[in-house]
Amino acid sequence: MDNLEQKFNETIKMGLDIVKETEEDRLMTLSVGPQHPGSGHFRFTIKVDGDYIVYCDPDPGYVHRGEEKMCEYRNFIQNIPHLERPIIHDSTNITYSYSLAVEELANIQVPLRGQYIRALASELNRQVYTLYWLAIYGIFLGHSTMFMWPMGDRELFIDLLEALTGARVTHAFNIPGGVRNDVPEGFKDRCLRQVAYFEKRLTEYEDIFYNNPLFRQRTEGVGILTKDNAIKLGVTGSVLRASGIPFDVRKAEPYDIYNEIDFKIQYMKTCDSFARSTVPFLDMKESCHIIRQLLDKMPKSGEVRAKLQPNPKGPPGESYKRVESGRGALGYYIVSDGTPKPYRVKISVGSFRNMLALPFLLIGSKLADMPSIYWSLNYWPVEADR
Amino acid sequence: MSSDRSNTQNGSEQKKANSDSTQTSMSKKTEAITPEFEGDLINKIVSKFGDKVIHVIYIRPGRTKILVPSHEIVQVASFIKDTLGFDHAESVSGTDYPKDNQIEVIYHLGSYSVDKLSSQILALSTRADRNDSRLPTLINIFKSVEYHERETFEMLGVYFEGHPRNERFLLPEDWADIPPLRKEFRIKGR
Amino acid sequence: MRSGDRDSIMIKDLVNPTNFNILVGKLGDALTRALDQPLGYAINWGRIWSLWPVHLETACCSVEFGAASGPRYDVERFGIIEAFGSLRQCDLIVVQGTVTRKMAPRLRMVYDQMPDPKYVIAMGACAITGGLYIDSYNVLPGVDGIIPVDVYVPGCPPRPETLIQGTMLLQEKIKRLKIR
Ligand code: SF4
Repeated sequence: MDNLEQKFNETIKMGLDIVKETEEDRLMTLSVGPQHPGSGHFRFTIKVDGDYIVYCDPDPGYVHRGEEKMCEYRNFIQNIPHLERPIIHDSTNITYSYSLAVEELANIQVPLRGQYIRALASELNRQVYTLYWLAIYGIFLGHSTMFMWPMGDRELFIDLLEALTGARVTHAFNIPGGVRNDVPEGFKDRCLRQVAYFEKRLTEYEDIFYNNPLFRQRTEGVGILTKDNAIKLGVTGSVLRASGIPFDVRKAEPYDIYNEIDFKIQYMKTCDSFARSTVPFLDMKESCHIIRQLLDKMPKSGEVRAKLQPNPKGPPGESYKRVESGRGALGYYIVSDGTPKPYRVKISVGSFRNMLALPFLLIGSKLADMPSIYWSLNYWPVEADR
Repeated sequence: MSSDRSNTQNGSEQKKANSDSTQTSMSKKTEAITPEFEGDLINKIVSKFGDKVIHVIYIRPGRTKILVPSHEIVQVASFIKDTLGFDHAESVSGTDYPKDNQIEVIYHLGSYSVDKLSSQILALSTRADRNDSRLPTLINIFKSVEYHERETFEMLGVYFEGHPRNERFLLPEDWADIPPLRKEFRIKGR
Repeated sequence: MRSGDRDSIMIKDLVNPTNFNILVGKLGDALTRALDQPLGYAINWGRIWSLWPVHLETACCSVEFGAASGPRYDVERFGIIEAFGSLRQCDLIVVQGTVTRKMAPRLRMVYDQMPDPKYVIAMGACAITGGLYIDSYNVLPGVDGIIPVDVYVPGCPPRPETLIQGTMLLQEKIKRLKIR
């Protein structure tokens, strides 16, 4: 109170009628999340000046479960189930690079048929992930049809994966040395039928969502991340490809059998939210081609899993392996000291890397554009927190 | 499309080379087979700074690792960025070595702008003293290390001098224990 | 005379502002008790078919929660409506998985802000005991340490069918509760 009176007196002394509005008075601080219809398990503080965001500070860590520390107490095989929890709807990809890294450490060769099944599961899982992402994007933009459709089609892919691995979302399918089990009978026909149906659906998605004038107005020209800035911020995955850089780990550094598969890198040059939301959609289309080729080229019979000793371990050393997940490059850095337990595991995930672009894009844009920018970054908070 | 094809060829070669060299790469700090391209990269760095500064840990297809003393890391990093063309950090991680009384911080650097380097990861590592762990930050060279370094600070207690925010990031606000990724931090019941 | 005095004191007490609230509360209690017999069934029936969950995701079980509200499992048949609104209109909180030490105060805060007849479903092994992350340094061993839980839904993650069964159990429970 004293303060106010003092201020008032000072103003009168200065001969002014009213206290001049300072910048501090105009700014309003908003806390988005963790209880928020969109943000999920994530919080960021923003300051708005009228309609424009002038400050943004991400505050992750609401699902930080200490995966990297837990890894040091379990052996290489025991680590698989909890390592796929950060992103359970893309669980095949997050264990893929882990298996690759362990294989390099322990010098394990994966049988050819095992490699094909791995890639097949990984592509199916990419569809599951991207459909979930698209469904949430639909909700974000108030388009409830786009929630229902991808959620429905996603169940069909989940059915396939359930037949293949035995679980709906948490597959624990990739293990060092191959995959857990062979494909079931009649899987190829089922898969082909599903993919043919899904490709038809994708054109319908295009009509109702991507060609929707409302959607285009909310995303086109919003949140521009130019090529130079994308490189500077080190973003990855669809965010990077939407900025006009054709980088895909499957092409840049083909793992397993990806160098025998013929596919194109999907990228766009418009750098806005629209491009960032379209690139995963194009990836889904390309993924359908990849699934067909994988089913065609897969050897008819053979081992799917290399024989391992009970506790696989390698000589002391380290390895860094990455794969292309639904959210971009997903790398594992594993240090081994020669025991069956890893000495240090670091998971370098796409979500964590893309988070750096969030304050960069939000500052200077309108508050109403916040949802379309935030979810177009292909961000999954649980994975970023690990 | 021609670039794609060349890429795939690269990949198959790489794979062959990979299977050849896995046995050799296991024995640490020996470079029996050095793949040409990667060897060239490292040679450029070594010839600039001399082998007193740069310790080459390993050279494998696609992966190279060098160890640099902490007072030189800023110069080496800016050389790597400006001359070699590595432009972003994929991950920054730290490993605790209580035996040596040191903490190793590793920057995995990659490149988007140079096509040839897209399959390469250069691991730039440095070591800090465990009791007074301070390192210069690389944020002015690679902007992309910002959150990674902040995470390394709270998980391993490595203070990055010059980093604008050495603060809590993932851990709860009232965290009052030692940094969790240090080896003397034990988790419940283990 | 004395009895008259006592009467006047009673009236004086009634007007006293400190006692007034308590009196109204008591009256309300008496009213609910009176209504419990004739109207309790109807009121509980109304509550059963309009459970509004808070949109608070705590970990990865939220994926299966999303699937449950999708077209195949369609949890809306049971009156659980996919939440878009404010938590002050909600009466159900589904704890979707791991509660970390950073999330715990927020979860409690959300629970405290909800209006009164409120129910809690603990979804997933993590919300029940800590599950896979029982030995992690940042995870609570079960959510029932901070908020009271009505129904536990086991699984990691629980299949949507399990979640639906959990909600049906909750409805059974509400049916048998006295109205508050
Ligand atoms: S129960 Fe399983 S799926 Fe659910 S939050 Fe815990 S780890 Fe995730």
